[in-house]
Amino acid sequence: MIEINQLSKKYKGAEYFSVKDLNLKVEKGEIYGLLGPNGAGKTTLISMLTSLLKPTSGSFTINGLNFKEHKNQLKQLIGIVPQEYALYPTLTAFENLEYFGSMYGIKGEILKDSINEHLEIMGLSKFANKKTDTFSGGMKRRVNLIAGILHQPKVLFLDEPTVGVDVQSKNVIIDHLKLLNKQGTTIVYTSHHLNEAEFFCTHVAIIDRGEIIVKGVPSQLIKNQPEAKNLEEVFLAKTGKALRDHA
Amino acid sequence: MKKYFWQKPAKPFATMHKLWASTYKEMLLLIRDLGGIAILFIMPLLLLIVITLVQDSTFKTISDIKIPVLLVDNDKGEVSKNIVENLSESNSFEILQKSSEEEAKEAVFSGNYQLAIVIPENLSASLQKKVDQNVEGILSKFGLEEDTLAVVKEVIPQKEVRLYFDPATQVSFKSSVKNGIDKMISKIETQSIYKAFQTELGEDDAEPIFETESFIAFKEILPTKNNEEIIPNSAQHNVPAWTLFAIFFIIVPLSINLLKEKNQGTFVRLRTTPVSYATVLGGKTIVYLAVCLVQFTLMLLVGIFLFPAIGLPGVDVSGKLPMLYLVALFSGLAAIGLGLLIGTLAKTQEQAAPFGATSVVILAALGGVWVPVFVMPKFMQFVSKISPMNWGLEAFYDVFLRNVGFVKILPEISLLLLFFLTTIIIAIIYNRRKNAL
Repeated sequence: MIEINQLSKKYKGAEYFSVKDLNLKVEKGEIYGLLGPNGAGKTTLISMLTSLLKPTSGSFTINGLNFKEHKNQLKQLIGIVPQEYALYPTLTAFENLEYFGSMYGIKGEILKDSINEHLEIMGLSKFANKKTDTFSGGMKRRVNLIAGILHQPKVLFLDEPTVGVDVQSKNVIIDHLKLLNKQGTTIVYTSHHLNEAEFFCTHVAIIDRGEIIVKGVPSQLIKNQPEAKNLEEVFLAKTGKALRDHA
Repeated sequence: MKKYFWQKPAKPFATMHKLWASTYKEMLLLIRDLGGIAILFIMPLLLLIVITLVQDSTFKTISDIKIPVLLVDNDKGEVSKNIVENLSESNSFEILQKSSEEEAKEAVFSGNYQLAIVIPENLSASLQKKVDQNVEGILSKFGLEEDTLAVVKEVIPQKEVRLYFDPATQVSFKSSVKNGIDKMISKIETQSIYKAFQTELGEDDAEPIFETESFIAFKEILPTKNNEEIIPNSAQHNVPAWTLFAIFFIIVPLSINLLKEKNQGTFVRLRTTPVSYATVLGGKTIVYLAVCLVQFTLMLLVGIFLFPAIGLPGVDVSGKLPMLYLVALFSGLAAIGLGLLIGTLAKTQEQAAPFGATSVVILAALGGVWVPVFVMPKFMQFVSKISPMNWGLEAFYDVFLRNVGFVKILPEISLLLLFFLTTIIIAIIYNRRKNAL
């Protein structure tokens, strides 16, 4: 489904590569977690895979297509849920979703039904006609997610989809993502919540300083790491305890 | 579950649907910001009303406003009496007599008065002497004067009328006052010469042999419509100029609108969707063009109905509306193009807002909104010709004041359209290159 070959990114003026010679294969139907400390290169990698950032070198394909030749086809194929609430604060939840759905070419009753269906699943039906600037963080996250999946993408990229939300919102989001995955959507997501990733992801890759340190099935990674009881211990064993602050 | 959308074949008119959705979204964003709308519509109207009220007197032939002028009359003769009479008759000045030059000078230089006129001592007597001397000289050349050889010419020193201006006085006001006084003194001198000739020729003063009225007169010929002269007034000058200024101020909210999209993350999401930047800009263009036209309509309504109600001359738009809207439409497009370009190039609102606002002021200055283009230095006149506000202003003046047809404004509106297309193309190319993969 996704094939990444020697993908690198070095920002202008930066000393180090944010992503360096990264190789990764994500198969159809997988939920692939990209885990790593702050500044590991997770968001940079997702930004390149969703056409928001130009790679310095290397290549990747999604469903056998690349952005240079099949830009619009690929954009129709993928969905993205960015870390920021990418919503118009003075528009209602419904108006926001109607607009973003229209940008994928969906219209009329199909669009309206799809929005109402998703709002219902996410527990937001009664807030459909409220402006999103009145929403809590958890509610905005849920609208943010719907905006990325209205067009039923084959591959869904999520950048920290549950950051800063309460347990209830997190559960609704995770449950819905599991449902989408069951229906055939391949999911690639980044997270700091290692417990969440351990139980949600079919596969994970721990990234540090732009490189993959280890990858595989979470249970297998825990088994392979001596004395590790969970993914967090594997993570700390592989990435160390030093802070990663840099500017 | 429904069939995947991407599995369905692409439908025609998809771009039109996206353009409509973008337009609808922009309209919603605009109407949700009531404060913004109020500023967008009320401030230009306020600007138009204030400027027209301020400038109205400069267009009136007989002004109600009199400028107080200090006069120090050290002559107390015929000439000073003439000067005072002429100044009073002009209806522009209120004469306030002062006894000392020093006192008048201090009052003007401290900004209390705009102008002081100091008439020198013995001006009337000296002028009379000088004129008599000249006339006698001329007559002696013709042999009409007796014992000319015996007379030694007395040297009469030149007299000067001194003018004191407040240093803050505008150059244009100074020039017009100086010209007016110069003309008045020339007239007094001429009349003195005629009078001296008459006296020397021994004629009776009661029956003038010279006509002192100007022989050459001038008349201003104005454009006509239905055999009626179109007399420009302050409203007809101000409505087009300041309407254009307001239309171009759309640059500021429009560029901020684009930067807000970037800052709130919605632009990032849009970049991941299969919609072109041209479509996104298209939606903004349609909505903001409508704003420009509503702005224009409100300003016309103010000119037609409110101005006469508050004692200002009204705007005559009879038979001109289609052409006026055409000019407003293309001027709006030019302004929107520039706004979208600034919004695309700028990285922050702090860059876009001051740059946009200053650009409008510069374009207005270059376009001739404040100072007529013909009085600008040669180089600036050339620069003015490449200012879109100048094209718009000329087109408005063509319709409003010169009463021309569509063909005459075609070059100007074509340039405005070309400017819009150029700015939009640059914005699209810049965006494509910046986000190239």
